[in-house]
Amino acid sequence: MSLCNLPAHELGKKLRAKEVSSVELTKEFLNRIAEVEPKIGAFVTLCEQAALETAALVDAKIARGETIAPLAGIPGAIKDILCIKGVKTTCSSRILDNFIAPYDATVIAKLKQNDAVFIGKANMDEFAMGSTTETSYFKKTRNPWAPDCTPGGSSGGSAAGVAAGEAAWSLGSDTGGSIRQPAAFTGTVGLKPTYGRVSRYGCVAFASSLDQVGPIARDVTDCALVLNAISGHCEHDSTSYNLAAPDFTKALHPDIKGVKIGVPKEYFGEGLDKAVEEKVRGAIRHLSELGAEIVDVSLPHTEYAVATYYIIAPAEASANLARFDGVKYGYRAPGCRNLIEMTVKTRTQGFGNEVKRRIMLGTYVLSSGYYDAYYNKAMKVRTLIIEDFKKVFGKVDVLACPTAPTTALPLGAMLDPLSIYMLDVYTIPVNMAGLPGISIPCGFSGGKPVGLQLIGRALDEMSVLRAAYTYEQSAGFHKMAAPIGGASA
Amino acid sequence: MKVSAQEVQYIARLARLEIPEENLELFVRQFNDILGYAGMLGKLDTENVEPTAQVLPYGNVMREDVAGTPLTQEEALANAPERFRGGYLVARVMEGGGA
Repeated sequence: MSLCNLPAHELGKKLRAKEVSSVELTKEFLNRIAEVEPKIGAFVTLCEQAALETAALVDAKIARGETIAPLAGIPGAIKDILCIKGVKTTCSSRILDNFIAPYDATVIAKLKQNDAVFIGKANMDEFAMGSTTETSYFKKTRNPWAPDCTPGGSSGGSAAGVAAGEAAWSLGSDTGGSIRQPAAFTGTVGLKPTYGRVSRYGCVAFASSLDQVGPIARDVTDCALVLNAISGHCEHDSTSYNLAAPDFTKALHPDIKGVKIGVPKEYFGEGLDKAVEEKVRGAIRHLSELGAEIVDVSLPHTEYAVATYYIIAPAEASANLARFDGVKYGYRAPGCRNLIEMTVKTRTQGFGNEVKRRIMLGTYVLSSGYYDAYYNKAMKVRTLIIEDFKKVFGKVDVLACPTAPTTALPLGAMLDPLSIYMLDVYTIPVNMAGLPGISIPCGFSGGKPVGLQLIGRALDEMSVLRAAYTYEQSAGFHKMAAPIGGASA
Repeated sequence: MKVSAQEVQYIARLARLEIPEENLELFVRQFNDILGYAGMLGKLDTENVEPTAQVLPYGNVMREDVAGTPLTQEEALANAPERFRGGYLVARVMEGGGA
């Protein structure tokens, strides 16, 4: 098996055993990128030189007999919403096409302390608005399991890059499911941590009360390793939890006896693909056979979550994206006669249609005549959604359900925004309540991966990781590599 | 409640955007589809429900008023589309005024 198809923790063992050097490993991944990137399109920027320089530093540390961090010397892909000092950060938007970040995001600074290798910036939906990575200004990313299909979104490049063996691990961001849904579509493992667990400083803001950075990886162990590296309080982000993070690898033992797993009936209703339902129910039975106690539960306000999200997220986005005015950075429309014309033309030419749609929705629902009818109402329904989870987590430890209602859809299949929004129907409530959630592969339908979502209490990533690890080790789907080029699974 | 093309253009102006005439009809339809869907929230009685703006149990987060190390002027201006004498250069604020 190619080194590019191994998880980061196994590559780390090989580095420490001196079976391979970090420079060799990085070159191996760069070769894989050269080979498959024309078919996949996972990256918008490659960082070959910086990656090789970091790799050489790690090799020197190993040669000196120094202890290296778990992710040291192992190439990862960074969603292009996160700032790396001196590297282009575009959010896959024309308006940031020429923006070079002058500072590191906190997660990047932490990963640099761990000597992680950044191999490139991953493609995404423009400003993380989308569920297919088709709203990127630059390119469409293809699904390594089915090249005619979307990898999901908005962290589609991060997920496809890992699935195609172009990176051993990656970072994504999840506002309404943008880590978990592409993980489900690409057969990878994607973890959205509890809101506040990971700093958002240096992550270009979309909807600030919902955004959360997290890992996409080949297996649960790698997710725990990346989470260990990036979590913790940050003085630059006042919404980051001011408490010490546990060692998440301590959750990695295959034991789920006595754990109560709730199955919310509302996540198995209309709109759920039959084959996806069959695989997810099979995974829940598997968890039961492994010793978990399965409990039927109800989250009655689930049906309102998407509508709530599409008021709150655009409202916050309209405020966050007001900063893109062509004054301080980014694209500026040429030949404008005055400041207002400059701002309007810059934003009109710089933003794509989905971003414009959401900015305008946000502007509308926050306007004085409609604030109560839409935004205030949505914030109240958000409370009801949170209360649903609180009640259920009084009875169970973890929830199990589908990550997405379908497998990956063909590129260009969904032209209607509302239909695309429904792809996130099972992930959005988790962001509304700020809870941790993971997607792990639980089988295939028509050669395309199906994702099982596990949701936990706030700050209880340990239970989520434990359940995910137990299932993964027993089921073994994480060991399957995508047949780049379109062969069936 | 339907939003008209005129209202969509008005919202676009508030958001400092322009919707070209050829895209307007599609934009208005999609806008109304989404708002129509969001209208389902009206079915819920939320009279006595407190709104949630963010999930954290924090109020204000305070720190000592100690100056940190900011970006240098050069770093801050490095991404400026146009610059002039150590500042950002923009189009004139009012038409007809001086340079």
